[in-house]
Amino acid sequence: MADRPEGSAAKGDNRPKLSLHVPEPKYRPGDAVDFSHIEVPEAGTTPRPDEACDPAEMRDLAFGLVRVLGDDNQAHGPWDPKLDADTLRAMLGHMAMTRAFDERMFRGQRQGKTSFYMKCTGEEATSVSASMALAADDMVFPSYRQQGILIQRGYPMIEMINQIYSNRGDKLKGRQLPIMYSSREHSFFTISGNLATQTPQAVGWAMASAMKGDSRIAATWVGEGSTAEGDFHSACTFATVYNAPVILNVINNQWAISSFSGFAGAERTTFAARALGYGLAGLRVDGNDALACYAAEQWAANRARANAGPTLIEFFTYRAEGHSTSDDPTGYRSAQEREEWPLGDPVMRLKNHLIAIGEWDEERQEKMDLEAAEHVKKVTKEAEANGILGHGLHHPFRTMFEDVFEELPWHLKEQAEQAVRERETKFPEGLPAKGVQG
Amino acid sequence: MSDTATQNAPASEGTSERRLNMIEAINDALDVTMERDDNVIIMGEDVGYFGGVFRCTAGLQDKYGKTRVFDTPISECGIIAAAVGMGAYGLRPVPEIQFADYIYPGLDQLISEAARLRYRSAGEYIAPMTVRSPFGGGIFGGQTHSQSPEAIFTHVSGLKTVIPATPYDAKGLLISCIEDNDPVIFFEPKRIYNGPFSGYYDKPVQPWKNFDASVVPEGYYKIPLGKARQVTEGEQLTILAYGTMVHVVEAVCKEKGVEADILDLRTLVPLDIEAIEASIERTGRCLIVHEATRTSGFGAELSALVTERCFYHLEAPVERVTGFDTPYPHSLEWAYFPGPIRIGEAIDTILKD
Repeated sequence: MADRPEGSAAKGDNRPKLSLHVPEPKYRPGDAVDFSHIEVPEAGTTPRPDEACDPAEMRDLAFGLVRVLGDDNQAHGPWDPKLDADTLRAMLGHMAMTRAFDERMFRGQRQGKTSFYMKCTGEEATSVSASMALAADDMVFPSYRQQGILIQRGYPMIEMINQIYSNRGDKLKGRQLPIMYSSREHSFFTISGNLATQTPQAVGWAMASAMKGDSRIAATWVGEGSTAEGDFHSACTFATVYNAPVILNVINNQWAISSFSGFAGAERTTFAARALGYGLAGLRVDGNDALACYAAEQWAANRARANAGPTLIEFFTYRAEGHSTSDDPTGYRSAQEREEWPLGDPVMRLKNHLIAIGEWDEERQEKMDLEAAEHVKKVTKEAEANGILGHGLHHPFRTMFEDVFEELPWHLKEQAEQAVRERETKFPEGLPAKGVQG
Repeated sequence: MSDTATQNAPASEGTSERRLNMIEAINDALDVTMERDDNVIIMGEDVGYFGGVFRCTAGLQDKYGKTRVFDTPISECGIIAAAVGMGAYGLRPVPEIQFADYIYPGLDQLISEAARLRYRSAGEYIAPMTVRSPFGGGIFGGQTHSQSPEAIFTHVSGLKTVIPATPYDAKGLLISCIEDNDPVIFFEPKRIYNGPFSGYYDKPVQPWKNFDASVVPEGYYKIPLGKARQVTEGEQLTILAYGTMVHVVEAVCKEKGVEADILDLRTLVPLDIEAIEASIERTGRCLIVHEATRTSGFGAELSALVTERCFYHLEAPVERVTGFDTPYPHSLEWAYFPGPIRIGEAIDTILKD
């Protein structure tokens, strides 16, 4: 017990005892799940304010849930982005491809071809649809579960797999954890493993774009758990202070590894409501509704592009899979959660919508899924020819010392020479086939 | 040109010689680079309208406008992070952290982000930023305004650490830093902003205008990073120092009549190892002086390097004079400061055999 100041009441104190609240998720493994406490408004009932409105006018939108796709699989209300059938099919295609990619890469990790992988199952709309609402050269600062953006932007899939395998084709030279892509050409910022760091960087980039009179905006993605990081709050402050043309996407997938969203403050308020304290526009959106995701991102993009201000969007969704291949969600949450999630599956909902409007059918869906799986399989084989993790086909040894600085300083030159000498002594007959990176 | 500069006008008025203190030299460097490159921008707490608490950015907002020189929220994390994003865009931000002691909330952005951006993206993205920050003690700043955190940064792969000791160097080095494509920490020894310091707290400080190092050419010039400055030449011992301590050791040597080869390191990363080796091979003795705390301070790295590379030339063990391993105490600042007594004793020890 901590010491009390001299003379203060200790024993016999009649003041009430304080107690600490430690959040606890509603369901643990084996529990029956009841999501009836989650308010799911009727699709189409949320008003769509003017894109240039004062954040104060849209306070309620931070607590509601923008939804377009109804139970009847039709699009409803003012947030319907009214996309044509080709665009909707393209959206569905990117989401299906993302899912197929995740499946194959997950399996690749289990086969020992790489060390790590992270699926985005159930969250595909929050990256694919959102990305489609941005211009191709708007700068994105993603976190680690936005592979859908790269797929939507047409980044060569082989580059993604080369990166995941850290093979000789990996243009990041095998330095980054698998899935931490980077593509300047696709306006996709290099992913950091430290959480929320990209959020204020995106704001800085957006500020720079505004300073230079550019027309490109920035968008960043962060998990709801990471909104507890100081960086997120710095980002909100800077975004609002400078009216930066930026979109702060918060993916509330309910879980930060094994910590439920309550540990980031979800028991008290919504994540979209974080916007209010900063004077940001805040939108809370059904993250499993591909049309709502598109519409919200488009609203925010238009707002930013018109110098009307930044927007914080909470995509309310569910992480259907584990955090990563290193995680076992059966150890901390009810398996029923995924089944009972009230907002459904984003791919199925979009598919059903396309079918409901007569622009799609189950046969085509099946064919598309099959083609996606075949494509990923084919590209994976191509990438495997460049090597898989730990099987020797990696970037040359010397590249370890490159890019620390623009020019190699003397101390790194010396260390590089040492590394080469060491390698020759360790492996006089060349590198072993497995387990050592060359 | 600020008022202070006018007061410090050269004795030889009417000639082209221009004498500046370190604050004015820094201001001049910023001015010169901003004039040359539209992508150079300045941000930080109070740097805009007011010109910074130490006035280093005075007049620049007037000249370059509010979108190139602006105040920021009190958020070191936000300042550094925004600069990373701006650097990735293509700007050359020069963020100011008002005191080096406040840099810690921005450390993750410096260490994990700015420093590694080039590496982790294999050169796709860079963060060409220069974080300016006044550092060091001797101004009764207490334990939150006096620290010397340079060792933290020299430990980080991908950061450069630069510390000027004169107005001439401050300008030339800062221009190099801003034009450098790597992130740089530019620590300004605030004790010598207005004049070199002999180490005696009770002796009046002479203004920079009385010293040749305050002659700062107009316009553009650069001092390359990684090149030490020979302060004095001597045969008795080599003294490695940077920042305020350069002047203190110079004064001590003068007072004691010691002929020392004093090297002002100027940049800790990259380090001028050639100059260090050459000097110690000549003198055979080495003293390292810095103001930061001793354990794992940059002096430890220097001592290790000297021992590894110059062992057979050494006539005596390498000595370190540093601050103590305590926070900088406000009321006992002069007891903490590695001043003439500590330095003098170390010199005696090194020279006794």
